[in-house]
Amino acid sequence: MTTSVLYDAPGPRTRRRTLVGSVLAGLLVVAVLAVVGSRLDEKGQFSAEKWDPLVNPSSDTFDQVWNLLGGALVNTLVAAALAMAFSLVIGTLLAVLRITASRWYRWLVVGFIELFRGVPVVISIFFAARVLPTLGVDLDNLWFLVIGLTVYNSVIIAEIVRAGVNSLPTGQREAAESLGLRRAQVLGLVLLPQAFRAMLPALISQLVVVLKDTSLGFIISYEETVRTAGIIIQNLGNPIQVYLVVAALFIAVNYGVSRLAVYVERRLSRGKKAAATLSATDPAGAGAGGGG
Amino acid sequence: MNVILDNFSLYRDGFLQTLKICALAAVGALVLGTVVAGFRVSPVPPLRWVGTAWVTVFRNCPLTVVLFFCAFGLPEIGVNGAYFWFGVTGLVLYTSAFVCEAVRAGVNSVPAGQAEAARAVGLTFGQSLTSVVLPQALRTVVPPLGSVIIAMIKNSAIVGAFGVGGDLFAVGDTLTSARGEAALPVLTGVVLGYLAITIPGGLLLGLLERKVAIAR
Amino acid sequence: MRLRRLMFGTAAAALACTVAACGGGKDTGSSNPPVNTSATFDAGTTMAKLKDAGKIRIGTKFDQPLFGLKGLDNKPTGFDVEIAKLVAAKLGVGADKIEWVETQSKVREEYIEQGKVDLIVATYTINDKRKERISFAGPYYEAGQDLMVKKDNSAITGPESLKAANARVCSVTGSTPAETIKKYVDPANVVLFDVYSKCADALKNNQVDVVTTDNVILLGLVDKSAGAFKLVGKPFTTEPYGIGIKKGDTKFCQFIDDTLKAAAGDGSYEKAWQDTAGKVAPDAPKLPDLDTCS
Repeated sequence: MTTSVLYDAPGPRTRRRTLVGSVLAGLLVVAVLAVVGSRLDEKGQFSAEKWDPLVNPSSDTFDQVWNLLGGALVNTLVAAALAMAFSLVIGTLLAVLRITASRWYRWLVVGFIELFRGVPVVISIFFAARVLPTLGVDLDNLWFLVIGLTVYNSVIIAEIVRAGVNSLPTGQREAAESLGLRRAQVLGLVLLPQAFRAMLPALISQLVVVLKDTSLGFIISYEETVRTAGIIIQNLGNPIQVYLVVAALFIAVNYGVSRLAVYVERRLSRGKKAAATLSATDPAGAGAGGGG
Repeated sequence: MNVILDNFSLYRDGFLQTLKICALAAVGALVLGTVVAGFRVSPVPPLRWVGTAWVTVFRNCPLTVVLFFCAFGLPEIGVNGAYFWFGVTGLVLYTSAFVCEAVRAGVNSVPAGQAEAARAVGLTFGQSLTSVVLPQALRTVVPPLGSVIIAMIKNSAIVGAFGVGGDLFAVGDTLTSARGEAALPVLTGVVLGYLAITIPGGLLLGLLERKVAIAR
Repeated sequence: MRLRRLMFGTAAAALACTVAACGGGKDTGSSNPPVNTSATFDAGTTMAKLKDAGKIRIGTKFDQPLFGLKGLDNKPTGFDVEIAKLVAAKLGVGADKIEWVETQSKVREEYIEQGKVDLIVATYTINDKRKERISFAGPYYEAGQDLMVKKDNSAITGPESLKAANARVCSVTGSTPAETIKKYVDPANVVLFDVYSKCADALKNNQVDVVTTDNVILLGLVDKSAGAFKLVGKPFTTEPYGIGIKKGDTKFCQFIDDTLKAAAGDGSYEKAWQDTAGKVAPDAPKLPDLDTCS
């Protein structure tokens, strides 16, 4: 680990001091948790009445609550997967356009990307849901959410892909061109496949962002996890508990996706020479599909 | 587009409110994020655990959930205050995790020889971190930190739903919902407001990036 | 190759999920009003169209206790929902054929204009600005904006006392009550959330001093507070609730008005109240005088 460079291998005195520091820091953490816990307990936040519907399978409402939460989680994952798929396609197209565009219309592509990079994603969702219907577009809320997320994320993915293509050694392009490949072939056959390999971890990390952003669907009453949590709270009156569960769900899913990104990154950097065998076993593709 | 001109003072107030929220949250997130990054590389294990837990929680939770706990969890443990500050706190907590990771990546990018040299002249962990490693790291992390802050500005559009009120997006919501104005022109005004912050921000960042690149 | 397979996988998964997840929102309660299966309507009217289709899309609130609140069983309940069922039954559409659509305050006119719903029963105040875009049947109930405070609060007696008490007031973003209250207090003291239950939490935690909206909505919150909150009880506006329909559909409006009158006559209006809001406010209201359809 590079961090150990910051300090010497500790001697007996430092070790003692570290131990004291550890104990003190540990005590502080425990003390903070204890204060928070006791304050919550004072307000009755640990009462069975508030927790049972979430954790006790024999509670009357346990099944209903988890049915709702399960359906909502599926809705969240569906929206995220669709948005990610569309963003990948559109983002790649944008990147290709930006790379290959002749000067007279490149500013248009660049302008488009810069414009949507600067707009908050919650506004692009709101925009999709409020403005598109006035133009005669009749869709489910799911699709408005997907459109809003796609608009925002495709420009980000376009930038990731462009960075990936630019990071390749120029020899790759030159070799391809010297073979007489056309510009589209150079990109499609030589540059993009390599760029995607380099960018896969970044793309998977972007999936975490998309997953979190689906929670903004509450603003257009798409029934994803956070919105459904609101409905459960209205019935049971236990906001703190329900939100803790929702937070745990999100952390679990996103932590899994992040670990996958790290795994893919390791795998790719290890297998640089054995690239051919790697694409044959296809661990990343299958894994990413499961994560979304 | 008349609706923008007619309600110009509303838009202006919303713009200023958004700027205020973002400025406060940016300072808070940079400070807190650097402190947590210090935790994550410290020799004291409990601090490292706290740092790791911090990043795992705040990076993987949607901002809406973090903001909820600030607005409704803090009063529950006896912390009362204005929703403005709860909203800023939520943004600070959420963004600090990203700042921390950017700073930590920067610390790791400083050549090992620098830290070794610092140790060789007898600096302690704290000294070598604050006077040798972090100053160099902060320069390399300018581009990622800039992106984090610009993302935070865009994220600030959500705080309006948690009782803060008066920010750009909330202005748009009031005009379209309560006053029944058409969505397209109202939202265009809101978007222009955000672009007025994010695009100059991005340009500034590009300049900084180039400046840092020359300096190395 | 890899990418193609990845995308195919996610698309297939997404498709399967959408099919499975969009079944909700139907109702099969037992105490539903009798369905008027023998109803006949003039050809070309909205009634005939809905009767022939055998189903109806009704917009209501999903987060308003006592009027329209989605329960854990994924079905909305409340006075608005019961009124909507009465209308649907008269059309020959059973409660299990109603597709409930959530209509938040800010999208109601749009949803009617765009034909996303056939009618809206959602604590929908009749006013002139809205009448420019849609038509109303009814009113079927008359509410008024009121204030809710903590039980031991005696300083706040009405909207005029808010300024003196320097009270922080909570309401919902984009709602009419939120705009009205700004006349009585400094806008900086108005706190807005997306649902009223958050206002109730804020009141409980002393983050705000007053929650304001229509009295019947507040009643639902008082009911859930187990005695911690009370109503000031001096409504300072009148909010006639109407049923929103497409602009200019006078025949449909007349039909709904007739249905309401009939329901008031045979006791099903009162039963709808007793089954829902009546649990908190036992005195059933009388059907207000109906506006003329135009």
